[in-house]
Order: sequence, then C-alpha cells, then structure tokens
Amino acid sequence: MRRIVITYFRSPTAVVGLALLVVVLAMAASAGWLYPRDPLALAGRPLIWPLDNPRFLLGTDNSGRDIAAQIFHGARISLLIGLVATTIAIAIGIFVGALAGYYGGAVDTVLMRITEAFQTLPNFLLLLVFVAVFGSTITTVTVAIGFVSWPAPARLTRVEFLSLRNREFVQACRTLGMRDAAIIFREVLPNALPPVIVYASVVMAVAILLESALAFLRLSDPNVASWGNLIGLGRDVLRTQWYVSAIPGLAILITVLAVSLVGQGLNDALNPRLKGK
Amino acid sequence: MSARLVLDGLTVALPAGADRPHALKDVTLTLNDDEILCVVGESGSGKSMTANAVMRLLPGGVSIAGGRILFEGRDLTAFSEDEMRRVRGAGIAMIFQEPMTALNPLRTIGDQIGEMFAIHTDLDAAAINGKVLALLDEVRIPSPAQAARAYPHELSGGQRQRAMIAMALALDPRVLIADEPTTALDVTTQAQILKLIRDLQKRKGTAVLFITHDFGVVAEIADRVAVMQHGLVGEEDPAKEVLAAPKHAYTKQLIAAVPPLLAPPARPIADETILTLAHVDKTYRTGGFLGRGARVTHAVKDVTLTLPKGATLGVVGESGSGKSTLARCIIRLVDPDSGEIRLGDVDLASLSKREMRAATRRIQMVFQDPYGSLNPRRRVGELVAQGPMIHGVPREEAMKRARDLFALVGLDPSGIDRYPHEFSGGQRQRIGLARALALEPDVLVADEPVSALDVSVQAQVLKLLADLRSRLGLSIVFITHDLRVAAQVCDLVAVMKDGAVVEHGPTAQVFGAPSHPYTQALLASIPGRAFSEAQARAAAQ
Repeated sequence: MRRIVITYFRSPTAVVGLALLVVVLAMAASAGWLYPRDPLALAGRPLIWPLDNPRFLLGTDNSGRDIAAQIFHGARISLLIGLVATTIAIAIGIFVGALAGYYGGAVDTVLMRITEAFQTLPNFLLLLVFVAVFGSTITTVTVAIGFVSWPAPARLTRVEFLSLRNREFVQACRTLGMRDAAIIFREVLPNALPPVIVYASVVMAVAILLESALAFLRLSDPNVASWGNLIGLGRDVLRTQWYVSAIPGLAILITVLAVSLVGQGLNDALNPRLKGK
Repeated sequence: MSARLVLDGLTVALPAGADRPHALKDVTLTLNDDEILCVVGESGSGKSMTANAVMRLLPGGVSIAGGRILFEGRDLTAFSEDEMRRVRGAGIAMIFQEPMTALNPLRTIGDQIGEMFAIHTDLDAAAINGKVLALLDEVRIPSPAQAARAYPHELSGGQRQRAMIAMALALDPRVLIADEPTTALDVTTQAQILKLIRDLQKRKGTAVLFITHDFGVVAEIADRVAVMQHGLVGEEDPAKEVLAAPKHAYTKQLIAAVPPLLAPPARPIADETILTLAHVDKTYRTGGFLGRGARVTHAVKDVTLTLPKGATLGVVGESGSGKSTLARCIIRLVDPDSGEIRLGDVDLASLSKREMRAATRRIQMVFQDPYGSLNPRRRVGELVAQGPMIHGVPREEAMKRARDLFALVGLDPSGIDRYPHEFSGGQRQRIGLARALALEPDVLVADEPVSALDVSVQAQVLKLLADLRSRLGLSIVFITHDLRVAAQVCDLVAVMKDGAVVEHGPTAQVFGAPSHPYTQALLASIPGRAFSEAQARAAAQ
C-alpha cells in the first residue's frame, strides 16, 4: 500500500491531477459557505462581464444570476453525478462481467450478447431515450447515466476473470469446497479489481460530460445549478457574451482532466511493471 | 585446444533494491574450442544472467560492472551496440528454453530461419531457401519442406526446438549458448534433442555453453562443468571429475539431491482399498459449430486403478498423457463423462455439486505452481484456515489449527500473518500442503507438487511428504512427469500415454522390468541414466 502511494506521488502528472481534483473538491465543499444564497436566484443585472463588478467576479448570466455561485454549486452536482453514476456503472459492470467471466459457456454468451446490445446503441442516444421516458430530474439523469455506462467495465471485468478463473488458487478454493459466490466475490474479484478501478476514472469523466451534454440540450434537470445548464443558457448569447458558456466549459475541462490524470496515475501505481522505462 | 570464449572476472550489477548487489560476482569461465561446457545451478544462481551478459542482452537496470568477456581474443564489453549486433547470431548464437515464445507466431519457420541469412549475408531468395531446407534436414526435422512452410503452432515442442537450433546454427556460429533448451520438453523428446546438440557440436566443432539445472542432463552431455551459486562459480572441472568426485560442498549437495533411479525397498501395502477408479472417461470437444468440424480429444480413456490405504500411487506420463486431467477428475474439478471414482463407500463421480462440496473434507489436492496456487491477496494463515472455516470450524479454532499445521510442515508458525509473496517457492509449496492437510483428508491428490522447485528444495518437500504420509496415515495419488521422483516416493506406479494407462504395478516391478514398450522408452530416455546406475552400484558396494 505504501509502495503504491510512493509510486503515485513520483509521477508529476498524477500529482497535478490530484491537485486539480482537490481544487474542485474544495470548490464543492466551500460552495455553501462562500455563496450561501440560492445560486439560481436573481443577483443583479444580467450579462455583467467578469471582473466588471467586484460583487460578481465571474459576471452574471442572461437572467442576472451569479456565475461564480453557479460554478461553485455546480461542482457539487458534477461530482455527485460523476460519483453516483460511476458507482452504478461499475457495480453493474462487475456483477455482469464477473458472472460471465467466471462461468463462461452459456452464461457468458447470454450476458455478453446483452452487453453488446447496449454497446451497439450510442450511449448518448440511449440516455436521451431514458430521460424522455422517465423525466429529467437529477436522480433519473444520474441513474440513467450509470445505466448506460456499464458495458465497458463489464467487458473489462470479464477479461480479468477469464484469465484468473483457471489459476490454481481458484481451483484450490473449489477443492476446499467453497461456494461459487464466495470464490467470485471474495477470492477472484480483489485480484481483478485494479484495472477496473482505474477504468472507473474514465467512466466518471464520461459521466460528467454526458450530463453536460444533456444540459446543453436543455434536457437535464433545470432546477439545479449544474455546469451543463449554464453552458446551455449561454448558448443564446454565445457570439456576444461568450464567457457565459466558456467559464463552465473550462470548469468541466479541468474536472475531467483531473479525473483522467488521477486515473492514469493510479494505473501506473497499481501496475508498475507496465510502465515503460 | 584454445579458449574461444573467456569470461574474465565478470561482474554484473543488479539495480539498487534487489536481493543482492551483484547478479554475477567475479565470474571467470573458459569455453574451449570443440567442447560443451555445462553451467549448472539452481534458480537465482546467475546462470542465465551469464548467458545474457555474453550476448549483452541484459534486462533494464542491470549492467556489466567489471571484468571482460573475451570472444576469440576480442573484448565484447568494449563493443558498440552496432558491432555487437554483428556478433549476435553470426559469432555467438543462442537457443532458449521455450521455443514457442522465442519464435514469432505469425511467420513461418522457413521465413524466420531465412531471416538470419537476409540480415547477415547478401544471398538471394532462392539460395536462402536452399540453405533453410538444408538446415532443417540437418536438425532432422521430418519433411523439411513442409516444416519450412509451417507456422510455429503447427509443430510439436520438440520440432520447434529443432527449428530454433537450425536458426541458431544457420551462420555456423563459433559459440552456441543453450539456455535450458530441453527443460520445457518431454523426457523422450529431451533425449533426442540432447543427442542432436551433441552430434551437431561434434560435426561442426562449435563451442557450446549449455545452461541447465539438471545434473542428469549434465551427465548426458557435458565435457566440462561449472557449478554456480549466488552469482559465484563454485568449481569448474571436467564432467567426469565433478560427477564422480565433486570437490565443492555445494556441488556434493546438488548431486546428492538428484533422486536415484532405483526404487527404495518396497513398503508393506495394506490390503484395504481407499480409492478405486473404474472405467473413468473424459472427452474434450473443442471448436466446431453445431457439431460440425469439432475436434474431439480423449483426455482420459477407460482408466481403472486402485489406491490401497496408506499407499502412494504414482501416475506418470508425458505432457498431454491425461495425467493432470485424471487428477482433476478424481477431485471433481473436471467432471468425468463416465466411470466410478469410489472413495470408501461414496462414488465421487455421481455426487451433485453440493454433495461434492461436503465431500471435499475427505479428499484434497496439492497443486504444481507454488506461485499461482496461493491467492496473492490473502494472508497465508487465512489461506490455511479457509478450508476448516468453510466446513464450519469457528475462526479462532481454525487459526489455531493453521498455526499447528505450519509447525507440522516445517514453517515458523509466527509467519501466518504474512502474504504469500514473502515466502520462497519451497515454503509456498509447504503452505499449499498445510492448506490441503487442514481438512484432515484421507486422500491427497498431488499434481506435480515438486516440478517447479529446485532439486535441493524438491528433496526436502518429498521428504516432508513421505514423513506426513506415515505420520498421518495419508493415501496419496502422486502425479508426476519425473520418473526419478516417482521411483522415490511411489509404492505403485501407473504409466499413462494418450489418456490410457499402459502399464501399472508396484514401482520396483514397473521400473525394474517394464513390460510395455512405451515404459521402456520412457525409462531409456531419462537423462543421466548411466550415471545414476553407476552411482547406485557404488552405493550398493
């Protein structure tokens, strides 16, 4: 464990990623304290440019709401969506992948055909269908994002299980009379987990982007201050007051970059041998 | 006779943080014209590192820290990478342990051998083709033209190694380095390849540096022997002297650890039978769609054997003979297609999955790979206690039993909180044994339990197994490809070939007077047979 931490901090990009992530986390944590008012409430004149008015450091949007407040509160929403959707996707993915990889044969065929059915549909389209059917509250959006993101982790878990299931330690567990569920989740899964954890960072980055894309089309929950909503609003004034879209865009860029860099750093720390010397 | 390759005080440094500072320390060796020098040692002795150092193909972070490598008088350590490239293949060629990974799977054999000429000479395609066929003929591959067009996976292990040798000898190198070239091969194939290397060496006058861990192979092929331990050369002497009168204590120990071929006097065997196999059959079907073009492999064919209580039944055979599948059928890791596996009064073959889980208390398995058979993410004490806990023993008591078992198999009981990677191969195999014994089984199925271990460790584990057998009254099914090991530990032996048992009976009878031609061929192929017999005679006098 200590070795992993040391390897992680030896990589400059991983440290930069972690620093950026800490900044975003700090924004989310301090939002209620720095901007105690409702971020969606009217705060001043609409479309004040950033730095024009010291009260609104990042300016105001076309309805006169404080952009800085929305960015800080939006960090909460983006991270929440990212974490919850990723957890859902990884959980489904591990479950499906573990069963398919461990049992193989007919179980594998059935589960993999289902996975492929999900994969052949572009997941954004699938997401649009879910939102169209179940409405666009923040909960349904998050669950829907999680639900369209599981096929890739499932395939990854399956491959790990395929290579692990014939290892002698798994056979040893079987000869001891251990039940399949215990073998799968207590013996094999911990060994299969590192690449899946690393891939979770990709899922999280994509989840944040998916929510923003939905919001840009004004299909996300309009009652929360998310970065995507702000970009969507800025669309109307894109040519004149471009900052309304650009500022939340930058926030998304930084967050996704941070998550990806952390994922890459984790990957190198967990699989030190794969790193080219 | 003059020295063709001389290592003069060669020192190779390992990166900081390795278990020792030097892979090789002050190694001085001389390889003369027209001789085979065997470098012998256990894993970690630095014997493969010696070969890599000569080729200047050291892994990242490892470097030559001192000394010289004189190849026909020129110092290779001073060569540039470009000059070195001209030496490799043409001046010094190398063959590896595993021909399947050393060959490119996507290119034909002929293509890969021809590449040697394409790189080092300016012959045209037709001339190269002719040379390739001549080479393949020289290493006695049946139908060379066909082999040249074949891809590596289409050839058998022995043929692949022949192709590798053809490739190494393509440019008539002055020195051939063979790094455990027969270790991955079956014993009968090994005997053929050793003979081939010997013949070619004699005919071409090549100097061969032959790296091996097996003293049987040394007795078979070496002119001179260098024994290595911990990166140092212990002794370097003519083979006859080393084998007959080893000087160095470590060499004595290594030679003593080679199991003699003679079976020890037979032990009395109980009349009571504990395990009976009757007409066990297992067929694998692979490939094919809806039954078309499917390949059927008879892994186990109509095997009938009995294991008397307290005895050890050896199942010997070459790879692909079905011995491991048979072991897995007995323990129900593989479901047999038909037949009976009667343990006491229960037919294991007919049990449901759930009933079998309960029956595992009475029959346990020890695996081959000491690295792969222990879950790397669990503490070893837990691994041993797992079995009893699954069968309802409370955790406290199971951990206490684990501690007792650690002492029983000769490990320090305080080590139970450590992880598997903190133990050596031999220690891990003891842990595997403790895990199997934790359920106090009647029958132990051991699948090549000592094949991955060095000879000296192997001897210790075999001794432990024999000791446990008599103390705990275990009955053992012992799967092995090594006839020397089988001769030492088994009361009864069954010889398998292509899934069927061709001969079985008491060890002394099967090994002393084999009746089946295959058993005879197997016994005749054991490397160092003549040496072992001489040793046995000397011991008898």
